[in-house]
Amino acid sequence: MTIARESSAAVQRRYIACPHCDTLHVEALIPEDYTATCRHCGHVLAAPRRNSYARVLSLAVTALILMLGALFFPFISLEAAGLSNRTSVVDAMLAFSDGLMLPLSIAVALLIALIPAARLCAIAYTLVPLVFGGRPYRHAETAFRMAERLRPWSMAEIFIVGVAVALVKVSGLASVSFGPAFWAFAALVIVTVLQDNAMCRYTIWKSLENQRR
Amino acid sequence: MEISGKSTPLRTARQAGLVACQHCYLVHETGAVRCQRCGGKLASRMPGSLQRVWAWLFAGLIVYVPANVYPMLITDTLGQHEENTIVGGAVELFNHGSYGIAAVVFVASVMIPISKFLAIGYLALGVRSTVAMHPHRRHQLYEIVEFIGRWSMIDVFVVAILAALVQLGNVAIVHPGIAAVSFALSVAFTMLSAQSLDPRLIWDADEEIR
Repeated sequence: MTIARESSAAVQRRYIACPHCDTLHVEALIPEDYTATCRHCGHVLAAPRRNSYARVLSLAVTALILMLGALFFPFISLEAAGLSNRTSVVDAMLAFSDGLMLPLSIAVALLIALIPAARLCAIAYTLVPLVFGGRPYRHAETAFRMAERLRPWSMAEIFIVGVAVALVKVSGLASVSFGPAFWAFAALVIVTVLQDNAMCRYTIWKSLENQRR
Repeated sequence: MEISGKSTPLRTARQAGLVACQHCYLVHETGAVRCQRCGGKLASRMPGSLQRVWAWLFAGLIVYVPANVYPMLITDTLGQHEENTIVGGAVELFNHGSYGIAAVVFVASVMIPISKFLAIGYLALGVRSTVAMHPHRRHQLYEIVEFIGRWSMIDVFVVAILAALVQLGNVAIVHPGIAAVSFALSVAFTMLSAQSLDPRLIWDADEEIR
């Protein structure tokens, strides 16, 4: 039924196919710092980088710590005519919390905090054994697949651009000052982008497979 | 990936009677259910891909209507009551002189959603019937749609931040409008629509030509 793993692993030629156009390629060892693209559609298949696991893992842990700070420290405060209001990210999530809008509050909380945090945890869980050696943890494959599936729904960077737009809208009305959480969130976005760029999922799948044996 | 040179003809996994994993790319023989390497579900083409694309797309279109009709932002400043729709908010920013931000809001919440509807519809149509665009171009379009669709959510976040931030007693209070909910749903539905489209279908019509 399936390609037999036990049948003379040394000579066996394994194939992979481009996920975008289904074109077959012979699975080859990609040297570090090279990029393999699909011959037909040009989709990047693999881009292993030196020390990328250690780098991605440390960036993910950094991002988790920044996330804690970003959530609970004061984010922005607003002052006009002697009145002031201080907002944390949690307040922004709760903005829709009255009545009909409650589901939207939950969705916003998921998109800007819970899903990014879950992704970071899953990636760290997958990568710890790959960095320090040893067998991957139980269900590491499931965790990593979940992290990949959640990627489009992790919207922290969109939130920070939204903050910029909102600030311009109120800047005429009141004076705005940033709290530590704003800088933590901005740093979080940069760290997440760096981490996503350093990560090659194909290489991670191959390492997981090799370490399982 | 192929080291031996570019002379070998290109074949798809399906032509070779194989099924490829969408997560880790490993190829299996037809009939395999789960990937040996990553445990993901295997399907030569996502089952019911086109039906799901159209269903999510129409759902997204339907909720996009109230998103534009009802107010997105309700502002009370010094006794003045103001309700702004999505387009109204962008126009107001423009009149205030912040052209850059007005452009960002307009592009993210009007141009991107509408061009996304059109692009997904075009890609889904191109799977079944012949369209003018070459598969390579359509594939680029698909990648753009996948990348850019999430950014429409920015408007929902702006409303959330404003509603949380601008709570200054009688001076100024901002409330979110019901359009925020339907706009968020519209963005989510179109994202699901784009994700339901199996990119391999774009190339299938091209198979005979290779």
